[in-house]
Amino acid sequence: MKGLKRITAFDIFLVIFFILVCIVTLYPFLHVLALSLNDATDAVKGGIHIIPREFTLDNYRHIFSTNTALPRAFLNSVLRTVIGTATGVMSCAILAYTLSRKHFMFRKSISMLLVFTMYISGGLIPEFLLIRNLGLVNRFAVYIIPGLISAFNVIVIRSFMDGLPDALEESAKMDGANDFTIFLKIILPLCLPVIATVALFIAVGQWNSWFDTYLYARNNESLTTLQFELMKILEDANITVSQVNSQNAQQLMNRVSPTSVRMAITIIATVPILLVYPFLQKYFVTGLTIGAVKS
Amino acid sequence: MEEVSQLKNMSLNEEFRALKKGKSKWKQIKEQKVLIMMAFPFVIWLIIFRYLPILGWTMAFQDYKPQNGFFEQEWVGFDHFIELFQDQMFHQALRNTLGMGFLGLIFGFLASITFALLINELRFKKFKRFTQTVSYLPHFVSWVIVANLVTTMLATDGAVNQLLVFLGILDDPVHFMAQPRMFWGIVTAAEVWKSTGWGAIIYLAAMAGIDPGLYEAAQVDGANRLQRIIHVTLPGIRPTIIVLLIMSIGNVINIGFERQMLLGNNIVANQALVIERYALDYGIGLFRFSYGTAVGIFRSMISIILIFIANGFAKKIGEGRIM
Repeated sequence: MKGLKRITAFDIFLVIFFILVCIVTLYPFLHVLALSLNDATDAVKGGIHIIPREFTLDNYRHIFSTNTALPRAFLNSVLRTVIGTATGVMSCAILAYTLSRKHFMFRKSISMLLVFTMYISGGLIPEFLLIRNLGLVNRFAVYIIPGLISAFNVIVIRSFMDGLPDALEESAKMDGANDFTIFLKIILPLCLPVIATVALFIAVGQWNSWFDTYLYARNNESLTTLQFELMKILEDANITVSQVNSQNAQQLMNRVSPTSVRMAITIIATVPILLVYPFLQKYFVTGLTIGAVKS
Repeated sequence: MEEVSQLKNMSLNEEFRALKKGKSKWKQIKEQKVLIMMAFPFVIWLIIFRYLPILGWTMAFQDYKPQNGFFEQEWVGFDHFIELFQDQMFHQALRNTLGMGFLGLIFGFLASITFALLINELRFKKFKRFTQTVSYLPHFVSWVIVANLVTTMLATDGAVNQLLVFLGILDDPVHFMAQPRMFWGIVTAAEVWKSTGWGAIIYLAAMAGIDPGLYEAAQVDGANRLQRIIHVTLPGIRPTIIVLLIMSIGNVINIGFERQMLLGNNIVANQALVIERYALDYGIGLFRFSYGTAVGIFRSMISIILIFIANGFAKKIGEGRIM
């Protein structure tokens, strides 16, 4: 369908429809951004949409000066995302590689072992007790080790590797390379789209997770994560859903309000994703497409 | 001698398979030791972190006390399950879980498929790419953030209320988050907002695989745009839809409690209680590990049953598909 033929009413409808979609998607973010950059007492008057009326950085200043848990939370979130993604991707890729080698004697058995876990899981309590018994409670490793392998990711990578020509391995083997070298130097570089996709999935999962903090490191300030802190603040806000009026009175006396602080933290938690994801977009769309077609 | 000349014509893999039959296991292990060493740590990982917990299912049939060893536990058979099925709160949780699960499923599918169909028809390339990029964004943000956004938008002085009052649909602002009857709808709407763009990707990938010749043929037959969508595009992505539907139906009962917990509050607590939350509150929360495990087992069982039903249903439709 190259070239622009006659523009129909349907085309116009589509454009309008998708403009609305963009508005509905973006407005909440811009709104929260505006509120976070707006003076708290002024915000109470309402009527702010996507442009701050009385610009201020006070909300952010307040966060970074009073909330002592936040810098640590941010650091932990970054650490677990980077370490968790690196280890997770490598683990899934190595396992996927072994399962993609058709001559591997345990290929079928390990594959079945893997797929089974997608349907039956131990459940919250047994997993909780296991983590406890392994001594991972209140330790940073609890963010990394229990989530190392995801059957789905392994299968996506494996499907891609299955599609690579056998000749690659054969010629390398004739040159005397062992499987690990082949994996590292030949196969892995060719899998970049899928690797990037899986890395993105894992990274987003790591960045956004807070439930493991809640279960295993709830009262440990040195292990808190950004989303967990944000969640706690949101919870406080929910509890006072019926106390809006008393909040108003208090707000007038402070330069920041719980609401405006909440907005600022939301933006802080969102910005890293916003920065990273447009760049990886082309990777995961290709990767996902290939994965979908092959699966 | 014949064997050797046969071997010369086979590829490496076939050679291995042929030789394997005559080889002892130990020789094989020695040959594949690098592969085995690569896979070994992760198999151990699987056993520890995925299979050991399944052994924990036995706890559901005991009166588990952490201080006793495994053999010192008292066995209570199905008592916990019986107690579970008689608990009103559990029935509420089950109703909520399935209700919100299926609502999310139905509207999610409708939204993603419609979105994919419409985006596929959009002809302005740059705008199309921009819209797609924007539409993925909610998927990447956490539910904590989404809940925050939703709460802000639905507040009495929030954008939704302002819009509805402005349009004359409402006279006074409504406190949406405090209306029990609206909770299911709010959760579903939030899910649709969050996952439609992302969910459409798979359908778009499938659409890219449809033979353009089919569209041309339809056009020649006089089909207009809508008809082409209904008779070419939709059937073209039918297999994808069905596979995803089966996988999703199996997961309906597995919706965690994250979104309900974040979007809920004391006023809508009854509508927000889902099975996972129930297990957390009445299981871990009360240190009733056995009871909580029983809930988890129930969930897995329902999930498997749902998958089988969905799969069987799809097979029936699938057979009719062969034309």
